[in-house]
Amino acid sequence: MQAVTTGKSMRGGEIGLIAVLAIMALGCLYIAARTIEPAFAFHMALAVVASAAGIFAIFQRYSVRPAGSPPLEIDGKPNYNFGPVKFTTLAALFWGVAGMAVGIYIAFELAFPWLNIAPWFNFGRLRPLHTSAVIFAFGGNVLLATSFYVVQRTCRARLVGDLAPWFVVLGYNFFIVIAGTGYLLGITQGKEYAEPEWYSDLWLTIVWVVYLLVFLGTLMRRKEPHIYVANWFYLAFILTIAMLHIGNNASLPISLLSSKSVIVWGGVQDAMFQWWYGHNAVGFFLTAGFLAIMYYFVPKRAERPVYSYRLSIIHFWALIFLYIWAGPHHLHYTALPDWAQTLGMTFSIMLWMPSWGGMINGLLTLSGAWDKLRTDPVLRMLVVSVAFYGMSTFEGPVMSIKTVNSLSHYTDWTIGHVHSGALGWVAYVSFGALYCLVPWLWNKRDLYSIRLVNWHFWISTLGIVLYITSMWVSGILQGLMWRSYTPQGYLEYSFIETVAAMHPFYIIRALGGVLFIAGYLLMVYNVWMTIRVGEEAAASAQPSLQPAE
Amino acid sequence: MSSGTPTPNASGFFAKHHILEKNPILLVIAILIVVSIGGIVQIVPLFYLQSTVEKVDGMRPYTPLELAGRNIYVREGCYLCHSQMIRSLRDEVERYGHYSLAAESMYDHPFQWGSKRNGPDLARVGLKYTDSWQVAHLKDPRSVVPQSIMPTYAFLADAPLDSREIADYMRASRNVGVPYTDEMIADADADLKTQLNPDSPDAAAFQKRYPKAQLRKFDAESAGVTEADAMVAYLQMLGTLVDFNIYVDKANLR
Repeated sequence: MQAVTTGKSMRGGEIGLIAVLAIMALGCLYIAARTIEPAFAFHMALAVVASAAGIFAIFQRYSVRPAGSPPLEIDGKPNYNFGPVKFTTLAALFWGVAGMAVGIYIAFELAFPWLNIAPWFNFGRLRPLHTSAVIFAFGGNVLLATSFYVVQRTCRARLVGDLAPWFVVLGYNFFIVIAGTGYLLGITQGKEYAEPEWYSDLWLTIVWVVYLLVFLGTLMRRKEPHIYVANWFYLAFILTIAMLHIGNNASLPISLLSSKSVIVWGGVQDAMFQWWYGHNAVGFFLTAGFLAIMYYFVPKRAERPVYSYRLSIIHFWALIFLYIWAGPHHLHYTALPDWAQTLGMTFSIMLWMPSWGGMINGLLTLSGAWDKLRTDPVLRMLVVSVAFYGMSTFEGPVMSIKTVNSLSHYTDWTIGHVHSGALGWVAYVSFGALYCLVPWLWNKRDLYSIRLVNWHFWISTLGIVLYITSMWVSGILQGLMWRSYTPQGYLEYSFIETVAAMHPFYIIRALGGVLFIAGYLLMVYNVWMTIRVGEEAAASAQPSLQPAE
Repeated sequence: MSSGTPTPNASGFFAKHHILEKNPILLVIAILIVVSIGGIVQIVPLFYLQSTVEKVDGMRPYTPLELAGRNIYVREGCYLCHSQMIRSLRDEVERYGHYSLAAESMYDHPFQWGSKRNGPDLARVGLKYTDSWQVAHLKDPRSVVPQSIMPTYAFLADAPLDSREIADYMRASRNVGVPYTDEMIADADADLKTQLNPDSPDAAAFQKRYPKAQLRKFDAESAGVTEADAMVAYLQMLGTLVDFNIYVDKANLR
């Protein structure tokens, strides 16, 4: 059966990628040798090593692969490409541990400042590491994994591209490594959630364009007449993130040999760009992308159709249209012109409706299958995530109202709000999806332990409750203390008194985080054991999709 | 999967939606149009509406030393705990001073308004404390504010300031609209040292280039030019450029 190697030759893509990587290695080598910044030289050296490893991997793969291209179908069934999906699934699990652990560490730093170890592990350098690791590393890999899985399944077509999907997943994770190590070394452009410097941004742009092409190409190759609703959301997520990333990161490097750059926008315009980006990183990365997950995994797990096709159309277009306007609610009462603030608030309130349209569509998908919540903790996790989505998309519009925002802004209430979305919605829907995906990908009958999923669910739910409630109390308390006056008309509290008042809540919050990661570690163990010792699924256990329509 | 299956009698609007569901390129175009509108309406006018940035006397680009300090401020992620944006609310104005004007950050690339106050706002912290207080506070915040939760930045006083790239930084800033002159860029390195030495023969010329710039050794304890010098120089100038005794709110009603 061993394929004879005669007639085997390098494909165009292989030669092209080797050429690109070789040029990149030489360019980065030049910069590494010439720059006066040690941290930048380190990053360029990493790029040289990564490029060389990439070239080596392509040759390695060439030596073992068969001569022909992999067939698109085998025995009339699509020959899915799940390699990159498996990789990103495991990468997400890994980055989740890292990102949450850093989060807990910085939470304790706020309670016990001696934990700051200058300069690398000071709060100011670790905080971007936490946010990037959980949003872009954990969340991003979940989105890559699920989008590459869902698009193949719902199109009944193999992923487009030979090396391209691997380029996307490996390139994206290389971006994560560069971004994360950069923060520790003090490389940042100083924009929240967009801290990576110009060269990382450029690299991500290239990776992202290839991601779009792979996704779009697979849609075009589909065997289904219709594009499934989850893919609309993935597509909106990929396109809009590209737009936001390029707009907000427009910058001018001070020299090719320096990691530093100057943002093109300044002052008030930069503020508007930043929160146009920042809020829609929430709207399109953490919402549209994960709604796509909801639209595939909730119906799949509940074995029920999506509640309403029409509602999904209306809520999709309304959501992506309205979200983009919401950014200025991060800038209430600032030097941003009032008209922009008012627009931001108005659209944020309107956004409540499509958000709940999505929640209703997700929850009512359970119609006729509610009993499964008792027996299936994975489905329970998915459903609770949608409930949290509904809660935080109600809280968000409330906080965008200027009078509420005057109290909540700059306080922990915002942090609590973000985490009810991040832990309750994004993380839970990801956990549910990963619990579904792992047995499907590794062809197992079921998870190693459903009981552990149950434990995961309850421990982390308790963690979320501690987290959110402590941040509500501390945020509202601090906001009220800042604006508190004595009967004589003086400010009642000095700033430092309001900081001291936060101490107990910072401890409670950190403990909430500890519970959350404890549950998460159970999941990592569960996944690990599922892959290692899980019982093989029977050949027919993988349900094949019915064509839509 | 039957989910998402269009109802057979779908008509009108929903039937037309089938066109998008069957054509990925059209779907891409439709999404791009829909997600572009909000940003265009909110961002583009900020570049041409005259009232967006007030006309104010006193604003000037950062001196090379202040700019170096600002870059350290960004590098250390200070903006993650300190805002530089005083909102137009009674308690904020009484606690921190006049509410921030858009003009006061017009040369900031990137802006540093911040979003969270684990520590106080710094928009007008300049000259609020002495240099030695600032140095001591950076070295060990709890030595001067016992309940502080700020990390220590003692290493700044030991780190020599690397200013080799400051002229490049100013040149790039000019390319994005910060009004640095050729003279300012050419003299960047000298100006940086002049600011730390009020007795320098170039002091008068420096002061002319950068009105209201403060000239002194900011970290008196350290020898040479340190990162602490730059950081304190930056902190001590924050909010000091616009004179609010002569600023007229009414002139900039918007």
